[in-house]
Amino acid sequence: MLKINAMRWRHFYLDRLVQIFVYLAVLTICAVFLWILIDLLRGGFAHLSWNFLIESPRDAGRAGGIGSILVSTILILLVALGAALPLAWTTAALLAEYVSTTSKFGIVVRYSLQVLAGVPSIVFGLFGNAFFSIYLGLGFSILSGGLTLACMLLPILVSTAEAGLRAVPDSYRLSATALGMSRAATLIHLSLPIAVPTLAAGLLLGIGRAVAETAALLFTSGYVDRMPGSLLDSGRTLALHIFDLSMNVPGGDAPAYASALVLVAMLLCINIFAMKLVQDWQRRRTILE
Amino acid sequence: MNLNKPVTAQAISDKGSSFTLGPLQMGPVCCDPQPVIEVENLSLRYGDKTALDKVTLDIYRGCITALIGPSGCGKTSFLSAINRLTDLIPNCVIGGRIRVDGQDIHTAESNVQTLRRKVGMVFQKPIPFPLSIRRNLSLPLREQGVTRRSEIDAISEQVLRDVGLWDEVCDRLDTAALNLSGGQQQRLCIARALALNPQILLMDEPCSALDPIASGVVEDLISHLRGRYTIVIVTHNLAQARRIANYAAFFWVKERAGHLVEFGRCQHIFESPTHQLTAAYISGARG
Repeated sequence: MLKINAMRWRHFYLDRLVQIFVYLAVLTICAVFLWILIDLLRGGFAHLSWNFLIESPRDAGRAGGIGSILVSTILILLVALGAALPLAWTTAALLAEYVSTTSKFGIVVRYSLQVLAGVPSIVFGLFGNAFFSIYLGLGFSILSGGLTLACMLLPILVSTAEAGLRAVPDSYRLSATALGMSRAATLIHLSLPIAVPTLAAGLLLGIGRAVAETAALLFTSGYVDRMPGSLLDSGRTLALHIFDLSMNVPGGDAPAYASALVLVAMLLCINIFAMKLVQDWQRRRTILE
Repeated sequence: MNLNKPVTAQAISDKGSSFTLGPLQMGPVCCDPQPVIEVENLSLRYGDKTALDKVTLDIYRGCITALIGPSGCGKTSFLSAINRLTDLIPNCVIGGRIRVDGQDIHTAESNVQTLRRKVGMVFQKPIPFPLSIRRNLSLPLREQGVTRRSEIDAISEQVLRDVGLWDEVCDRLDTAALNLSGGQQQRLCIARALALNPQILLMDEPCSALDPIASGVVEDLISHLRGRYTIVIVTHNLAQARRIANYAAFFWVKERAGHLVEFGRCQHIFESPTHQLTAAYISGARG
């Protein structure tokens, strides 16, 4: 009897202990996010206005706005995604659908991607500078910045997409094959639609990574803050602008805060919008029960 | 069911069943067996493990043939070999010859996708795609080249009626197939296979993942498909094999490889088996 009671108490305390730790961890994470958000709001909200969003920066960013910088950021992001997505998703389809988990080819590809994922971004910047800017003659431009970012995004996009496709149960493939469907048709009509949430999650991770990047872009897209006239113009991204304002421009703190606020808000909006889109799409295709 | 008499849909619904099969075309009566699948000396290996050893067997047109025997005796491998699903398994080696409709399925000119449309398969667990009911049926049809919406709708309705599912789902064709009950899902899978207008249906324990009532409904359905389709069914339920099959093939594991021990009319296998092993398995003494 005594033993049972002691065990009961032990279970009770263990339960409580685990609960406390779990809640503490969650609270800490939320607190960090809130702290950053509040700090940004306090430092930058007053500086925020409609004009700040559409005007070009003046006086090294102390005055004016971030219009041209927003445009450059979005252009670089589009170039990067446009180059990386088709490459990454087709590679993932190959790895998940056509190559067995144990094949040498698959292992080599996966290993190279892992190494690529671990390369510091400054190295990507130097590579992009040497290859895209100088060797291909693209100079300091949005194009060479975007392409460098694309190289950086490949590992994230490939590994998430491959995981998503592998999570599609094999029974669906077997059953589709038994119905006389080709491999390609199974991939396009069945596996990819089922994997869409994971593809979207990977895409969002990639966007976050790309928008936050500074080092790789310093040497490739440059930091000219004018409105870009074409993809071959140099352009400064938001992250670079924040870096420049806070490190090199005395008195640039307020616009730096405001720019950071815009950056965070932009990421938040993209996340919410994309998740909503995926959910609606799934409901329409009745992939969700 | 008396197979010597032509059966009409009326005759079936008179028996109090809810299936509306449409005009039935009986195949050749089973008294006059006409082989549609001829298996000669079929051996099947996974790596160095032999799953089937020299199986020779004819499957007759329009009949239900039950494959019985203990687990691991190669029944499912035998089924998969007939529509070449074994191609998907990396180190699977096949010896011997399988002819469907007189044509060798392993020659270079035989198209595997055409074969799989002619030889449909229903699996143990119902596997509807996580899409709408309508799209479950239309996806394989579109792949087959049927693209006219009206045609797809007509075929969908016909096959759903054939499996007795139409009245249950006709007002929710665009809802998720995964919301159906287990038995309904299995009937949807059978309907999906029927939509491609196959000659032969392979069924791998189609009732074993279902509750008894759903299992009974699916079993009745299989009985009703007799004559229109040639059916090969793997079952561990001997009573079920006895109830629905015309022919039975008994497999047994000998020296770690599956062998065909006895093949014959269901009645003979169950009432007067020629082989001792069969008698022992049927009576429950072995297996």
